[in-house]
Formats: sequence, C-alpha cells, structure tokens
Amino acid sequence: MNRARITTLALPILVVLGSVVVLLILAGTNPWDPIRIIVEGSIGWPPFEGGSARKVGDTFMVWVPIALASAGLIVTFNAGMWNIGIEGQIIMGAIAAALVAREVSAPRPLLILLAILAGAAGGMLWGLLVGVLRTAGGVNEIFGGLGLDFVALSITTYLIIGPWARSGVASTSGTNPFPDNALLPSLGGSKLSPLAVAIAVLALLGVWTLFRGTLYGLKLKAVGRNRSSAFLMGIPTNRYLLGAFAICGALAGIAGTSQALGLHFKLIPAISGNFGFLAILVVLLARFQPIWVAPISFFFAMVAVGGPGLSLRLGLHGSLGGVLQGVLVLSAMLGLGWAAYLTRRRAMTESGVSSG
Amino acid sequence: MSLELREIHKHFGPVRANDGITLTVETGTLHGLLGENGAGKSTLMKVLSGFHSADSGEIVLDGKQIKLASPHDAIAAGIGMLHQDPLVFLPFSVIDNFVLGSPGAWRLDRRAAEIELNELCERYGFNFDAHTPVRLLTVGERQQLEIVRLLWLGARVLILDEPTTGISADQRSKLFATLKALAAEGMSVIFVSHKLEEVADLCQRVTVMTRGKVVGEAELPTPPERLVEMMFGQVIEIQDRSDVGLGVSHLELDSIQTASGLLSEEPISLDVKSGEVIGIAGMEGSGQDTFLRLCCGMRAPMKGTVAITGDDLTGKHYREFLNANVKYLPAGRLEEGLIEGLTITEHFVLTGQDTSFIIDWGAARKRAKELIDDYGIKGTENSTAESLSGGNQQRLLLAMLSEDLKVLLMEHPTRGLDIESADWVWEQLLARRQEGTAIVFASADLDELLRYSDRILVFFSGRIIGELDAAATNVDEIGLLIGGRSLGAEAAASS
Repeated sequence: MNRARITTLALPILVVLGSVVVLLILAGTNPWDPIRIIVEGSIGWPPFEGGSARKVGDTFMVWVPIALASAGLIVTFNAGMWNIGIEGQIIMGAIAAALVAREVSAPRPLLILLAILAGAAGGMLWGLLVGVLRTAGGVNEIFGGLGLDFVALSITTYLIIGPWARSGVASTSGTNPFPDNALLPSLGGSKLSPLAVAIAVLALLGVWTLFRGTLYGLKLKAVGRNRSSAFLMGIPTNRYLLGAFAICGALAGIAGTSQALGLHFKLIPAISGNFGFLAILVVLLARFQPIWVAPISFFFAMVAVGGPGLSLRLGLHGSLGGVLQGVLVLSAMLGLGWAAYLTRRRAMTESGVSSG
Repeated sequence: MSLELREIHKHFGPVRANDGITLTVETGTLHGLLGENGAGKSTLMKVLSGFHSADSGEIVLDGKQIKLASPHDAIAAGIGMLHQDPLVFLPFSVIDNFVLGSPGAWRLDRRAAEIELNELCERYGFNFDAHTPVRLLTVGERQQLEIVRLLWLGARVLILDEPTTGISADQRSKLFATLKALAAEGMSVIFVSHKLEEVADLCQRVTVMTRGKVVGEAELPTPPERLVEMMFGQVIEIQDRSDVGLGVSHLELDSIQTASGLLSEEPISLDVKSGEVIGIAGMEGSGQDTFLRLCCGMRAPMKGTVAITGDDLTGKHYREFLNANVKYLPAGRLEEGLIEGLTITEHFVLTGQDTSFIIDWGAARKRAKELIDDYGIKGTENSTAESLSGGNQQRLLLAMLSEDLKVLLMEHPTRGLDIESADWVWEQLLARRQEGTAIVFASADLDELLRYSDRILVFFSGRIIGELDAAATNVDEIGLLIGGRSLGAEAAASS
C-alpha cells in the first residue's frame, strides 16, 4: 500500500473522530461516553461478552442488508454505473418475498428458499428496469433509479394500506406479521439468522472472486472504465451493463428479503431502512474493495443499532449517529478527491520533468 | 488596434502545442492563420482569448502588455473570439444570447439591448428576429449573432476559428463581406483556417504554423504552391515500395453513401486487395473517420454495400466485422483503444483467444511478458495503459491485434511518436501487409502517406475529391487537393 492510499484511508477516519470529539465537547459530554454507549448498545460491553444476544443479533441483521447491497453496488460501480435505484431494488425484493411468505404454503425450508429466490427476482427485475431505461431509453441511471425508488416506495405504501392492510385497522405501521413458517430461522433469543449472514458473506466472496479472477468481471471493469474502448474490443457493452444491474438487483432483493423475513417480520413502509443509500457510502468508503465492505458495514450497523441509546443515556439527540455518518462520508469523499488531485499533480510534474 | 504576440509557449504534458510563437497583426488587416490540424493554431487563439494561459510569453495590445486570465479579461481588453461551433445557448432567444455576456450582474435592459442589436444587424446586413429561439437559426446566422455580440461588447480584435465549417456558400460570402467591412473600419481580424483558398480570397497577410511553430509569413496574394510548401515542407526521398503481390479483395465498398452530413453527397466505391495499403489524406473532419467507421461496421451506410473478403456484411453489427478479422484503431489511443486503469496483462486477457470463465493469471502474465518482449514495449506486465508513453501505447495496441487480420483500419498510426517508434510501427504494419492484411490509414503527414501507400484518397468537405497513385504524385498535388484545389484548376486560373 503506498502512502497516498494510506492517507486517503486514514484521513477520513481522523477527520471524523476529530469532528465528533469537537461536537461532543461542544455538547458538554465526555467524548468517550457516546462511543462506549454505541458499542454497548450494539454488541455489548466488553464487546460480545457483556451485551445481550438480542442486541448482537439485531446488529448482525442490520449488517446483512448493508453488506449485500454493498456487494451488489461494487458490481454496478465497476461497470461505471451509479445505481441509485438500489433502494427500490431492496424494496421490490422485500415485496416479492412478502408475497411468497403470505400466499404460499409449503414446508419451511422450501418456503424460505422460494422467498429468497422471489426476493432476488424482484430486485433483479427492478434493477434490469433501470438498466433497460439506460441502455435502450437513454435515461441516465441516476434519474431512472431515483424514479423507480419512489415507485417502489409507493407500491409498498399502497400494499400496506390497501390489499395487505391489517384486518380491521387502517394503519401505515405495517402488514400483519408473516406466518412463523416463513421467517428466517434464527438463533434462540435473537433475530440472528446464520443463513442470512452466510448469504451475505458468500455474496462478498463471490463479488471478490468475480473481479479478481473471472473474465466476466474483467470485461465488466473494462466497460465501466472506457465504454468506447471496450466496444471496439468486441465486448457487448449493453449486455454487460444489464448484467451488472441484474446482479446488483438480485443481491439488493435478497437484502430486502432479509429485512422482511429476518428483521421486521412484516412489510413496513420503511422496509429498506435506507440501507441502500447507506451502502453507496459504504462502498465509496471501502473504495470498491469487498474485503473492506465487511468491517465498514459492521461499523455502520453498530451505529444504527446503538445510536438511539445516546438520547436515552446522555440526553443527546438520537440523530447524532446520522451526523456522524454524514461527516464520515463527506471526509471520505474529501480524501478521495484529495488523492485524485495528488495523483494528477504528480503525473503532471513527472511529464513536465521528462519533457523538460 | 495592433496586436503583438511575443514568444508564446504553451505545453500540455509533453506536447508543445505552442513553441515560441511570435506574431504581429496590424490594425485594420485581415490576417490569416494557416496550418494543419494539430499545428497549434487553436491553442494559440485560446491563449489569445483567455481560455488558456500561456506558460510564458507576452501579449501586447497597442503597445501595452496585457494579462489574460480568463475570456472575460480578453473581451474586456477588446479581443473577441468566434469559436468553430458558435457558443450559443440553443433554447434561449436571440436577444437573451445577445445580452448574456454583458457586464454587470443584475441590471438587464433587454429593450435597450434590442435596439442596439437591431442597429448592428442593419449596419452589417444581418436579419434575424430578436425573439426567435437560437436553435431555429442556421449555423451561419448563429455566427452572425456572435459577431454582433462581440462587436457590441467592444471587441476591436476579432478571432474566427475555422468559421466556414458547416455554413452555406451564400453565408460564406456574406461573412467575408462583413469581415472586409470590419477591417476597413479598423478592426483587426484573425482568420484561422486550413483552407488555402479561403485565406487567399480573404486575407491580406498570412502566417503559417506547423508543429507549434511559425514556419512562414507572406503578403497575399502569393502563389498557392508556396503556401503548400510552407505547410507541408519539402518531401524527402521516397523509399521504394518492395513489391507485394496483391491478392483477393479484402474490403469492397460498392457505392456507399450516408443519409446526411459527411459522405452523403456522392457514392463511394473502393476495392482494397490483400496486401494493399491505402492512404487517406485530408484535413481533419473532412469525412475520413466517417469513412473508416463505415468500413468497420460501426456505422451502416444508407445506400450501397460493404463486403469483407467476399462476404456481404452491409448493415451487420461491428462485432461481425471484428469476427471477420476487420480491426479499427482510432486516433485516440487512450480514448478508443486502451482502457485506463487496466494493466497490460489485463488488456491481453480481454483481447486474447482464451475465453474460459476463470482467468489463469499465471499463464496470462507469462504471455504478456512474451508480447512485451516481442513488441519492445517499455513497461511491465503490471503497468497500466495510461502510464505508458504514446509510442508504447501504440505498440501495445499493435500487440493486441489478432494474428490473421484481413483489414486494418487506422487513424494517424504515428501521430505524436518519436522517429524510432514511428519507424517501428511501420515495420510492423508492412510485415502485416506481407502476410496479406489490407491496410487503410488516415494521416496528416504527407511524407508518411506518400512513402507507404499504394493509393491515396483525398477527402475534402465530406467527399473524396481525388484518388491518386502514390508512385505518380507529389506533395504539391496532394497539398492542393487537401486545400480543396486541383492542379488543373490552378493552371486554368493562372492562364
């Protein structure tokens, strides 16, 4: 790892820690307290020992969708696409899984398998829609994706207050809970589903392998970095773009499935938890490396689960966790921009020297 | 207003676009700036209009040295630039475009501006309605709008960059009349062009640029041969072409024609045999790249057929041409050819024969090392494409070509390369020809065209105006054709 690389990784973390400490001192708190509260509220204090199994389980079940969505986004980012539609893809995955959970009766393993496949298919369909709009309709994927996010959100709301409304109550708090038979099997006393965690780990490994060792991954990268050159090399660029959206959509759909059947146990309007948008930030922070996605997603999962404890214990506002995320991401972007600037300047100096 | 440029230097990375340019434009003259594409004319004009700042050198206006940090400074100093594509905002109306660049941020008096616009239009015989959206105006009218706008802003030096591209003959004569009138009123006009004829018609003095330097100046009129010689230099000896027997037709174009724009006026037919080298001459943008794209299936002709080694591939997808061993190497090596951020090894994997899903990196690196040795690429198997020099990028592109190539279409095979790399590139290309590849290449280097081609096609304004036997022609003839004239016409005019 060269020096510029270390700087870009370390700089954001230092900046965020510095800003948080300043914020906390301004708020009149000992900076150490909130960190401890977040850790305690998510994985227990000391980590993984003192806390309750329930908290640890929640943290892992938040980690799963963030990690899955991040794995998918690594694929679309490598193909040069900003898949802002990831939120909609998570939501459609959750809806498809919910449909199976509500309507299909089958033995539990088969039902869960069907639900996961349906979730993947739902997300893939929504992802492909963004891709088709982009390749055939010339609609920028950012706008197409954003539009489809809203459509997906509206479909959820419609289902919750319409056809899937709770019996007798018109409420946006969600559908009736799914039958137990359809829920992801979890470890006793928590929501932690080894199956969901295993799928997320496999997805990260799969994406790592895709770009590390396969021709498909290399071609995707080629398309993402220079579409004209890739086309001239004979790579069917549109097909590869659609492929990237399909893979990302499927992984996002499974993330949605995990949200529905592993965390909330019903369909709620905010079923995505905004984890799709969060995953975009995770991937940027991880600089598109699957290996880094795992710990960074876990950090965000801890903040998401432990953050609300801040208001109870310290009288700080619960949104402080969100502020922390925002500062972290902005400083990461700053680090990336700074690194790009340094590289460019170095390249210019070198060419200046060689020509002079 | 007299204008003096002294020792202007401007380089982009290793490219010296302007290498010590000194130029004087007298008050009230029409001064031509002539040169090939890439000669550095546009860079110089961008320096003069504040788009680029020069690395060193002075700009002196009426005896006073001025500093131009932005186009705003330039127009404030009285230097106005009319760009090749008029910089207008299409959805806006004429009057909105007119007032856009006016000084001050808040007060906008459309009515007063409109009166002045109409006065200026009347004075120069332009007529367009102030409230028409600019997108309904022709390119010529957009230019007229830009000219009156620059005059209104107080320009006393007017720069026109290739202004006759894309306007009708009528509008051209109107433009020329306007420019002459402006010069008579004391305006200094710099007319940038690659068209000999226009410079000769319009200007009183001409400066010729080549490769970032001024290579000659002349009062007009002067014999066009002299201008050609200044632009292209004298030809050095021409090597003998070792005789390669021509084989079967590899590329057959039968009366192809596009629907509109370049190459739409008259049908083109061409038959390129195995082992033949066709050179394409012409100023950039005269239709060469459209032609090459038609040959490789990236564009389909509206009429006519394209056949590769006897198979009619008209209208087929580019990849079918690729499978038929037709390869197109555009001029932008890093834009349309190589992929920034990927290593040499990854480039060979992408274009190699091995299509297994899992990449065998060990074998791939071994093969990359061999090819790096064979093609003398200065770099390692892990070097990224953008870290290579231009010559080594070209070597990499040639190393990526498949073995049994039928047709190789290439733009500027040696542009920007040092002599050693350029010679090496042609060694490779001639070896390909020996193996039976038909080569079609576009170049701005007349020596290169004469030395390596069997036949030379000259493009002008979107059509082929000459097909020459390379052995029986010379720089003068090609140079005149490139400028849109022929030797015959020249003889007729002078008699």
